[in-house]
Amino acid sequence: MKIMKTCLTAIISSLMIFSPMAYADKWSDQFPHIKATGDIPGDCSYEKMSKKNYKGKTLKINTHAIPVMGEPTALHAEQFEKLTGAKVEVTHTPAGDLYSKAMVPFQAGQAPYDVVFGFSNFINDWKRYLAPVPKKYMNSPEMKDVTKSHMGVSSWDGTMYQYPVDGDRHYLKYRKDVIDNPEMQKKYKADTGNELRVPRTWKEYAQMAKYFNDWDWDGDGEKEYGSAEVMKKDDLMFAAFFSRSVAYAKNPRTPGGFFFDLETMKPNINNPGFVEALTDWVEATKYVPPGGTNFGLGDEIGSFGGGQTLFSFSWDDAFIAAMQDDSPIKNKVGAAPLPGADRVWNRVSNSWENQYNQAPYIVWGWAVGVAKKSKVKDMAFDYLCFFSNGANHQADLAIGRFGVNPFKNSDFDPNIYINSMGWDPEIANSYTQTLLDMEKSNNRVFPLRVPGVFEFTSAVATGTSKALAGQLSPQEALDEVAKEWEAIVSRVGKKAVQDAYAVGVKMEDNKL
Amino acid sequence: MNFKHKYFFLFPGLFVLIGILIFPIIFVVRLSLSGWNSYNPGLDYIGLENYIRLFTDDPRFWESFFRLSFLSVTTVILQYVIGFALAHMVWKDIKFKRFFRVLFLVPMMTTPVIMTVIWRTFFHESLGPVNDLLSVFGVAPKWLTDPVIAKFTVIIVEVWQWTPFMFLLLLAGLLSLPKEPFLAAAIDGASPVRKFIYVTFPLMAPISIGAIIIRLIEASKIMDTVYVLTSGGPGTSTETSSFYIFIKGLREFQMGYAASMSFTYLIIMIISLTIIAKVLTKVLLKE
Repeated sequence: MKIMKTCLTAIISSLMIFSPMAYADKWSDQFPHIKATGDIPGDCSYEKMSKKNYKGKTLKINTHAIPVMGEPTALHAEQFEKLTGAKVEVTHTPAGDLYSKAMVPFQAGQAPYDVVFGFSNFINDWKRYLAPVPKKYMNSPEMKDVTKSHMGVSSWDGTMYQYPVDGDRHYLKYRKDVIDNPEMQKKYKADTGNELRVPRTWKEYAQMAKYFNDWDWDGDGEKEYGSAEVMKKDDLMFAAFFSRSVAYAKNPRTPGGFFFDLETMKPNINNPGFVEALTDWVEATKYVPPGGTNFGLGDEIGSFGGGQTLFSFSWDDAFIAAMQDDSPIKNKVGAAPLPGADRVWNRVSNSWENQYNQAPYIVWGWAVGVAKKSKVKDMAFDYLCFFSNGANHQADLAIGRFGVNPFKNSDFDPNIYINSMGWDPEIANSYTQTLLDMEKSNNRVFPLRVPGVFEFTSAVATGTSKALAGQLSPQEALDEVAKEWEAIVSRVGKKAVQDAYAVGVKMEDNKL
Repeated sequence: MNFKHKYFFLFPGLFVLIGILIFPIIFVVRLSLSGWNSYNPGLDYIGLENYIRLFTDDPRFWESFFRLSFLSVTTVILQYVIGFALAHMVWKDIKFKRFFRVLFLVPMMTTPVIMTVIWRTFFHESLGPVNDLLSVFGVAPKWLTDPVIAKFTVIIVEVWQWTPFMFLLLLAGLLSLPKEPFLAAAIDGASPVRKFIYVTFPLMAPISIGAIIIRLIEASKIMDTVYVLTSGGPGTSTETSSFYIFIKGLREFQMGYAASMSFTYLIIMIISLTIIAKVLTKVLLKE
């Protein structure tokens, strides 16, 4: 009996271990994209999708330009066609036009695209034109694996309108070969009297970035610089500014709104916390590479990923680019939470609190929805479910230019990055731990998701860029932004903005 | 024969005119009287609210308009001077005349957006070749990040792109000039400079006015160069009216407000270009 039990256990274990491998053999031959894992069983696996028949049906998708998100969209569309017999038409659109390309037909009552890609902060404006994600997908094991933060980002007051395909947050990236280098630490200490370490505050960040600016510290014969940041007007710069602001202005002891005071809807954007952050940012123009104040996201990725700067902070892409096989700095970079601050503004008592504060910024990222008026909703959701199935997701994570970043709890297993991407274990651990800590934090800031969100963010981009260009002082610039925000609130309607903002505040105050 | 039938033949053209010219303008006017935006889609009626906001509470529009005036007038003057010089050069019997005529037209044949991306790469302050070359002389201008220099970078790209258009019109003008005045000037022993000042330039005045006005109309719509090169930055230092209207309309989705700006801009352009044409006619044709 005992022998039989042992044999049975061995057989079952072998089946469990080797069954995915069996899928890998079958599907990865046909689809080399998933060669590292093969098919991974699930509701929308290659195996499951191959049993669907969408022959004679056409799926129309509007997505971003290649490569970021555009390339995986097209790749998975091609795979989906082969598996299901469907015809998939993919249109590529520049990031700045994604909103209007969907919004214009939406408002005209049309649905030229079944699937529309955009950013998660479009949700408030788009939700009335999108179909909620059906229960079937909500209850799937893949969906249960999505982190709580990203379930929140994709949903509006409990209803999911955007299918999770990507997870975004801003965090710090640094050159580990410099910061952890004992010789550099000694030199830095001798020259400045300070410790060289992963910066805990933005002031430390600035000191180190200034010190490592404009000289060849890695001995490659070319000058390196302090920091690469998104500073180009209208190119997502507002998100970079919020990343720098959270440490000074997100106080865990004053719930009720980071961007506005939820009760009065008075903008907080020009309070001393935000002004301090903008003052730091203006100072940062001195330690970015030449032309750095005109860097968009692509430039930032290229600059840090190409080994030009000591620090960077924003989305995952620069880090993944730096860790790709063709990168000159593979396994020479580290990930850490965004720097904090030694004091934080208390907007209730109108005073600074002299204590350390750090706040993660769960920034908006890629999001995708299915048009309510689409005639092929089932196929559209199947496509999205297939897009983010286990095998595709793991393969996509490994390719920096795809722009697909961790949003599932299982993504925080460092072994994924060590085994399939060749990352140094210490780096893989620091990366996953950084992301995991952000998920666990109780002091998170979520993106602004109110009606007319673009008016608000555009005002921030204009104001902060005026400060960076020296046209206005930080206080003047943010006073101008606050005035504009008040005007927008009054145009949109205080109640409408307040109701929408309350949903975000609930998430920030850990009540949702 | 009933002459009223002739009007019947006008209808197809009239329909096209109404469809592609009159209707969009009427729609823009109607849109400008609505509050259409991302959270309030539809043609509601809010009266002159958008216009009141534009004239009383939006200095950024007027700043961008004056910036546009500076950029368009400067670029058109430069295009005219360089275009005239080039046209004059290949009008004469010089070697490789045909080659130069084609060469000078090349920038105009390229796609503006793609060329601006290439110019942006050239002027990239840390990776671009321009500052690489200039570093030999110890200078590294902030082509895209200095509020003043960035304006001139936009001007350089615009002049490069559109001088060929001016060249083409002026060359066509030069080639159509009568020979007699030049023969008379030659018999009188006029120097090349005097010949240019007293014969060529006055004869070219009508076509010069036309070329300048056409280019001013085009230059006043400058958008793609700014969009790709600087996104209106640093700060708002290269933001032009059309780029600002684009931001309000298609980025922020304030359709009603953007329509009011567009219509106001159209009226201002019609008035100012009419005045410019009158002044140019008076000065150049000495009417």
